[in-house]
Amino acid sequence: MTAEVAAPTAPTRRRFGITHWLAKMGITGRWVVILPPALWLTVFLLIPLAVVFKISFSEAVVAQPPYLPLITFGENGEVQLTLHLSNYLFLGEDSLYIAAYLNSIKIALVSTVMALLIGYPIAYFVARAPGRWRNILLMLVILPFWSSFLLRVYAWIGFLKNNGVINNFLGAFGIPQITMLYTDFGVYVGIVYTYLPFMILPLYTNLVKLDTALLEASADLGGRPFRTFLSITLPLSFPGIVAGSMLVFIPSIGEYVIPTLLGSPSTLMIGRVLWDEFFSNRNWPLAASVAVAMLVVVVGPLMLLQRAQNAVSGDS
Amino acid sequence: MSKKSQIAADTRPWRDPAARPFVRIRNVTKKFGNVAAVNDVSLDIFKGELFCLLGGSGSGKSTLLRMLAGFEQLTAGGIEIDGQDMAAVPPYRRPVNMMFQSYALFPHMTVWNNIAYGLRRDRLPKHEIAERVAELLKLVKLEGYEARKPDQLSGGQRQRVALARSLAKRPKLLLLDEPLGALDKKLREETQFELVKIQETLGVTFIVVTHDQEEAMSLATRIGVMNQGEIAMVGEPTDIYEFPNSRFVANFIGSANMFEGVVVEDESDHVRIRSSELGTDIYVGHGVDCSPDQTLWWSIRPEKIRLTRDRPPPTGVPGDANVLKGFVEDIAYLGDMTVYQVKLESGRYMRVTKANSLRGDPDAIRWDEAVWASWDGSAGSVLTS
Repeated sequence: MTAEVAAPTAPTRRRFGITHWLAKMGITGRWVVILPPALWLTVFLLIPLAVVFKISFSEAVVAQPPYLPLITFGENGEVQLTLHLSNYLFLGEDSLYIAAYLNSIKIALVSTVMALLIGYPIAYFVARAPGRWRNILLMLVILPFWSSFLLRVYAWIGFLKNNGVINNFLGAFGIPQITMLYTDFGVYVGIVYTYLPFMILPLYTNLVKLDTALLEASADLGGRPFRTFLSITLPLSFPGIVAGSMLVFIPSIGEYVIPTLLGSPSTLMIGRVLWDEFFSNRNWPLAASVAVAMLVVVVGPLMLLQRAQNAVSGDS
Repeated sequence: MSKKSQIAADTRPWRDPAARPFVRIRNVTKKFGNVAAVNDVSLDIFKGELFCLLGGSGSGKSTLLRMLAGFEQLTAGGIEIDGQDMAAVPPYRRPVNMMFQSYALFPHMTVWNNIAYGLRRDRLPKHEIAERVAELLKLVKLEGYEARKPDQLSGGQRQRVALARSLAKRPKLLLLDEPLGALDKKLREETQFELVKIQETLGVTFIVVTHDQEEAMSLATRIGVMNQGEIAMVGEPTDIYEFPNSRFVANFIGSANMFEGVVVEDESDHVRIRSSELGTDIYVGHGVDCSPDQTLWWSIRPEKIRLTRDRPPPTGVPGDANVLKGFVEDIAYLGDMTVYQVKLESGRYMRVTKANSLRGDPDAIRWDEAVWASWDGSAGSVLTS
């Protein structure tokens, strides 16, 4: 009974510890890590989503809650499940909803393109700045997040209104007043301003990784700066463009606050339709079906973009 | 006859004072902040040369190369390529191409597109681009790989794509930054000879930056040894190895036994140096530019020293010089040769190598043997700096 015998048993001596008992019951360290976020998502995302989905198949009534239950129990013990598809059919019948969806997509798309055109040069500039400046510049990009989103949108009213900062400034040069507040233009300004950092950050993380030797190689082979940008920088930053565009497009499609504060009453966006249906008309089932349809509209492009991104990264 | 002499002259144009250099580097200085990465370097490189810039990291060799390519602005001085001043010429207009240390292949392009990139920038007609790319693929033996992306290639294949891409525009001058650095030893040796062959076939002037002295010795027509931003010595590989001009060069290239001594005899046909570090007098069989009582250094390569069990008879040198007793303290058998670590009576060590020309030599010198070390009058170099 010397070291020869003792040595092989040494690595397994903790076999009867607590971890072993937990492992026997199927609880390992992996589960401890995965479980909290899974629970969180279930309680605060999946269940509410299921409730919304359920309500969308219900019928509106003036009551508390303002919809009929899907499952009713009869006097004779029969169980009745009633699914009202009318809400969804109504979405298709009333042109208001289709127009709102299309307009939301249009506004989100135009805003995304504008954010890309403004954000790309900024991200490029920050990524190419000397190391010690980079973090400061990045900080400046994120800085607006330190004050409330609502306050910042309200502040834009002061800039855009008829006798606001911009019009007063232009007026000093004799330029006649331009109506900017309560127009689609105002909505674009608000969305692009608000979501610009979401475009810049993924672009920055992509561009900062770009090997400068590739740009030098292009120049060395006769590529002028603009050609180098088109042939090397732009294609290699495509994953960043996709990520940034997704982060701008998806929240702007369902945007409610910005079109309400900066847009005109006729700026039709699905977020506002949803609000009206829910709080003004108190038609919860219809509102829920609008929400479900919006989810489809948002998740659709998201999955397409994700697939495009996978295709690109899998290729290169 | 005349033709032969002409060829002989052409292969070593740097020996001809009337030859016009292809690349002229004139008092070039590059400062990053207050630090001079390259300090007042002047260098002439001739057409068809394979010039190696050799130095440790931070010696400024890569910075000098990047200035030739146009990626770094000169702080002072000037660079002329083929008679044209390069000061105001941006990288994309220089008649120069570069092979990057990391290869810098475009990851989103196929091998074909990588090689064709430079040709497309020149707006060559499509069929000509296709022809040249095919030619280059053949040259670097990568036919059949044109549709691959760089990450689907091995290190050696990537290296060859990078070479093909840099040769595509038929540059007059090709700059290579550690071209073989990322390859393993075996592949490196093979590629070295391929590189020389390609250089000779195409007649392009190569400037190669490397930290590997073996690579520099086997590739170069001439080597420029760089140290702390300055050129320590320029010369043919044999000059650099056999006739180093300073202690730095002697130590940097190969291994050297270095001893300090004082000049006791200074004649036009010989010099005698007394070295207490060595423990004997050194007789140098030729005149040296020095003065009596001057302190200087003497360096000898390990393979130039003979080891014998008995005191050897003097060969062309006085009997009291160039011979001393030692004790074999360590032996490293390397197969082709054996390295002896000999402890001298002065306490210093001497490194001696001996080619193993006899198979399994039974009479070889062994550990702990008392030996005599001796050398010829012209075996070492006298260094004054």
